[in-house]
Amino acid sequence: MNHSISLTVNGARRDFVLDDPRVTLLDLLRERLHLTGTKKGCDRGQCGACTILVDGKRINSCLALAISHDGADILTIEGVARGDQLHPVQAAFIAHDGFQCGFCTPGQVMSAIGMMREGQAGNDPERIRECMSGNLCRCGAYAGIVDAVLDAQGRMDESDQRRSA
Amino acid sequence: MKPFDYVRPATVSDAVAAAAQSGAVYLAAGTNLLDLMKGGVSRPDRLVDVTHLDGLDGIERLADGSLRIGALVSNADLAHDADFARSYPAVAEALLSGASAQLRNAATVGGNLLQRTRCAYFYDTASRCNKREAGSGCDARGGENRTHAVLGWSDSCIATHPSDFCVPLVALDAIVEIEGRGGRREIALDELHRLPGDTPERESVLEPGDLIVAVRLPPAAREFAPHARYLKVRERTSYAFAVVSAAAALRIENGKIAEARLALGGVAAKPWRARAAEDVLKGVAPTADAFQEAAWRALTDAKPSGDNAFKIELARRIVVRALTLAAAGTPARLSALPASPFASTSGAIHA
Amino acid sequence: MPELNLTSAPAHLRHGSNIGQPLTRRDGVLKVTGQATYAADNHPPGMLFAVIAAASIAHGRVTSLDVAAAKRHPGVVDVMTPDHKPPLAIDPEIKTNPFVFRMEALQSSEVRYANQPIAVVIAETLEAATEGAALLAPRYEAQPPLIGLDAGESFVPPVVGVGNPTENHRGDVEAGLVSAETQIDATYETPPQYHNAMEPHAVVAHWDGDKLSVDMPTQGLKLSLARIAELFGIAHDKIHIRSPFLGGGFGSKGLMGGPPVLGIMAAKLVGRPVKLVLRREQMYGPVGHRAPTRQRLRIGADGEGRLTALDHHARTVSSTFDDFYEPAADASHTLYAAPAIRTSHDAVRVNTGTPLFMRAPGEATGSIALESAIDEIAWTCGIDPLAFRLKNYAEVEPITGKPFSSKALRACYDQGAARFGWAKRPLQPRQMRDDAGLLVGWGMGTATFPALMFQAEARAAIRRDGSGVMEIGAHDMGQGAWTALAQIAADAVGLDIGRVAFKAGTSDLPDAGIAGGSAHTATAGAAIHSAGAAVIAKLADLATNDERSPLFGAGNAGVIARDGRLIRRDDESRGESYAEILARAGVAEVEARGTGAPNPAAMEEYAMHAHGAVFAEVKVDPELSQVRVTRMVGAFAAGRIVNPRMVQSQLFGGMIWGLSFALHEEAVTDRRSGRIMNANLGEYHVPVNADVPPLDVITVEEHDPHVNALGIKGVGEIGITGSAGAVANAVWHATGVRVRKFPIRMEELLV
Repeated sequence: MNHSISLTVNGARRDFVLDDPRVTLLDLLRERLHLTGTKKGCDRGQCGACTILVDGKRINSCLALAISHDGADILTIEGVARGDQLHPVQAAFIAHDGFQCGFCTPGQVMSAIGMMREGQAGNDPERIRECMSGNLCRCGAYAGIVDAVLDAQGRMDESDQRRSA
Repeated sequence: MKPFDYVRPATVSDAVAAAAQSGAVYLAAGTNLLDLMKGGVSRPDRLVDVTHLDGLDGIERLADGSLRIGALVSNADLAHDADFARSYPAVAEALLSGASAQLRNAATVGGNLLQRTRCAYFYDTASRCNKREAGSGCDARGGENRTHAVLGWSDSCIATHPSDFCVPLVALDAIVEIEGRGGRREIALDELHRLPGDTPERESVLEPGDLIVAVRLPPAAREFAPHARYLKVRERTSYAFAVVSAAAALRIENGKIAEARLALGGVAAKPWRARAAEDVLKGVAPTADAFQEAAWRALTDAKPSGDNAFKIELARRIVVRALTLAAAGTPARLSALPASPFASTSGAIHA
Repeated sequence: MPELNLTSAPAHLRHGSNIGQPLTRRDGVLKVTGQATYAADNHPPGMLFAVIAAASIAHGRVTSLDVAAAKRHPGVVDVMTPDHKPPLAIDPEIKTNPFVFRMEALQSSEVRYANQPIAVVIAETLEAATEGAALLAPRYEAQPPLIGLDAGESFVPPVVGVGNPTENHRGDVEAGLVSAETQIDATYETPPQYHNAMEPHAVVAHWDGDKLSVDMPTQGLKLSLARIAELFGIAHDKIHIRSPFLGGGFGSKGLMGGPPVLGIMAAKLVGRPVKLVLRREQMYGPVGHRAPTRQRLRIGADGEGRLTALDHHARTVSSTFDDFYEPAADASHTLYAAPAIRTSHDAVRVNTGTPLFMRAPGEATGSIALESAIDEIAWTCGIDPLAFRLKNYAEVEPITGKPFSSKALRACYDQGAARFGWAKRPLQPRQMRDDAGLLVGWGMGTATFPALMFQAEARAAIRRDGSGVMEIGAHDMGQGAWTALAQIAADAVGLDIGRVAFKAGTSDLPDAGIAGGSAHTATAGAAIHSAGAAVIAKLADLATNDERSPLFGAGNAGVIARDGRLIRRDDESRGESYAEILARAGVAEVEARGTGAPNPAAMEEYAMHAHGAVFAEVKVDPELSQVRVTRMVGAFAAGRIVNPRMVQSQLFGGMIWGLSFALHEEAVTDRRSGRIMNANLGEYHVPVNADVPPLDVITVEEHDPHVNALGIKGVGEIGITGSAGAVANAVWHATGVRVRKFPIRMEELLV
């Protein structure tokens, strides 16, 4: 049975006819929309490589059925930078070497952005470690990831202050 | 994943009707269900998607002082609700110690209650498992079972219930509101999950079509807020299931325990309310000796189901610790590492 | 022609100064924006999805597959089985050289380990292929599997690791033990571990007539190319492999396993491009792992705490059909100056996928046992573990008596200990608590890893516009090849890094050798260095032999390349640009090739190793026994550091693997079925962010004129060694409980 659904993906509305209700958001993005920045590391919600924002919140896209998310607003790694201008989190990941092989990186970046929006981590490194623990990094770039988040958080706080000043 | 019919009912009663037929299951966030379907553990014919139903995602304070939590409220939204965290700190701590931030954002209150065991033999479809396939046998017995049940298990099944959230809930006498074919009814959370006995495939008392629509915390649950903790021992600092966990809540009046609540996680097929231990504590001063006594009473009936005798001793110790922490008072701020023994690791070292 | 020695002069003396700069990753923007293309991100037109069905028994044979049921599933195109598959040119069981796996490519119905591929379902969608694989519902004739370190008769394998002798000895170990004042005799066990790179093994295969295009992560492009060529009976130049980024390898993508071959076969079978990606649980079998070991160490010391003998025996396992033996005992060859050393191995065969090199193969496994044992003997002697190690510091390599090509280990001990504050450590265990009452323990371990070199080739060119090209089929699996090798390339051709087109990651480029053994930067770097030097020499020939050039008559060795110009060594004001030289000569470009290879003479003369010292602090809950590492300091001497930022990241990563070895990783095998019960990332624990404490890495300056032209020793693996033992020793120091079975489980600490 075909199901019509519409999603907003990285700001653009996309209407689909989904011929199979089994398709997860992750497989929809990767195999049907060819937005392959979002990675599949485990497909079981155990690694975080597939993290995207759905209606502003970070989730594991491998455990979300696309059909159930009809109407959702989705942000993937492809929609984070503004043209050539990297998001502060992306820039900080490069500056602090917050990755090695890069495979978990889109998920880490999305998770970090999601965490900042949740407002739960602040600038406490221990809290950031805890709140980023849903994203495995087998290369072991955790130190750089924490530094990158702290740095980006600081920059975004600063620019918020400037804006409100 | 087996093909399935996807149904999106407009109302709760439509949902109940759609889910009452054999082979149908409810889909909420799907964080557990999809995992099970991908593993071939669960092969439903029909998914009844309740995520679009109205009215199931609210947190409301009722006139009598109870709190009603809609079944579709996410674990994260509930834990981060400031009033909720203040009133039921052990529940918030338990929620935040479970899974990962991503999973907590998706996973719902109702789904958490009904999550399935993490027993590796349940997940491994090549193994015999009475829970997955009634009457097939239990390969966890005699297998790799160091993290299996020490309370309430049977020869048919030694699996544990993995929820953190349920442990303080059951301690606080939470009530589950259920919509079923016969209308609405409510039961104590303590009665929701069944011990395995000879029928481990029947994990709860729910009937086909039954939909959990809300969880309610009774008025008295708030009174434990000043002395309530959840503590969880695990094999990673985060993102791991409990080896054992405990929720302890005390009402202390004039230096004596007026009322104690205690529940254990990771030890049985259900969140394990330790009423005998609670009775020991009633009316006594919150001392180490009293907590030790309570711990012994809590585990009186425990026995190893395999290579897991250590869990009995560990459970006793976590009971003592959780009670000790609860007696000391709920901290003003939640730790950076919720429910972790390393909640406060900073500070000087004394040789 | 040049009288200049191209391989012994450090590059920066002649050329630029990119080496040593902490550049950020040149592929960074691609990786943080999701644009870096990994194998599974490719979608050639008309592509189908293939999913493997894997065995759920560990030993026996498949008696039936319900192919009809799978084919009935909408979208399923075909099912590849032993009875229905394209032929291979050679039997995949044949080991044509030591660097190939005997693999399962559906050649029979036999099952030799759990998770072995037994069929492949090909479908229009991933969903259909996945369900098709489930519908095959295999039936088996099962036989009792061989499981564990005592599975059967043990035997002494002919070699361990990659060609290492099974036994080594120097001096009389038994006499040394008899003469010892103090002895320990301790047995340690390490579990099977799986690489678990974040990127599952994947292949996108596309046949065009007899030409084959393959997207596949590989740590050895040419090895993979040769394996595909021999299996499919096609010429090397008909195959093109792209592997620009690996999502981690750690050894598991070093040798070609069965799964990518199955993907290529599937594409051939259906005549359309096919993508085959392993499911996470399917990575616990056909793509290698670190074998379990049981290691017995007997160590003797005299009354002063000087070693008299060191005997290290390791039992390990291999598969029932192929050979790889974890060379764990070899870890005792190089570190401690015992006058008598013996190392030996034996093995049993079990129903497992064949083990393989996994980040520091042998070194990591042996290191945690050796470093624990050294800690135990130091304690028995009543000596601080660092003092004990210094007392037994090896001035020459103990097992061979050779001098070290360089060894700054003493500086590593000093600097690491100072940074950590080791001097304040009480000798007795269970003496320290923090103010929350948690037990605190400090432990240390010595790190070491051999400085290896393989074979590589590179091609360099200088173009008429003065820019450079460097081509080498190198592999970036996260270590930073795109950046570090480009830095070496820039220096090699005397250009700013932005002026060099650095090409890597495809099989049509010169062979860079295998990215393994911590030798890739050294090996590929040496090839790049020598190709660059050769192309500069050609350019210098053009200029110095041309009367019109200001360099005329300077002689080839009389010019220096810098910033795109050649200048006179004796008068740096005289020179001209590359573009000017080429324009005047009317040449579009000059090119040259260079090679990197081990130097047999130096190897004969010197023992070559990187070294380090790792210090760890753990906290342990005194009642609940949960363990957390709270601080680690590692000081490493690994020769020349090409890019300090990436070297630090590599060392951090290794230290985290060491922590993981001590506390987390273990594949749990059902003792009856032989299936791995935690073949997933939820229950096979690797550290999460919250497990990893603040880490501190010191790179100790070390100049090694012997290891290779650039003086590079490699840093990819050394970080695990030392670290695993340091954490284990810290747990002992915190608790007073010596756990000899890894990973350390909380039940062992419940006292």
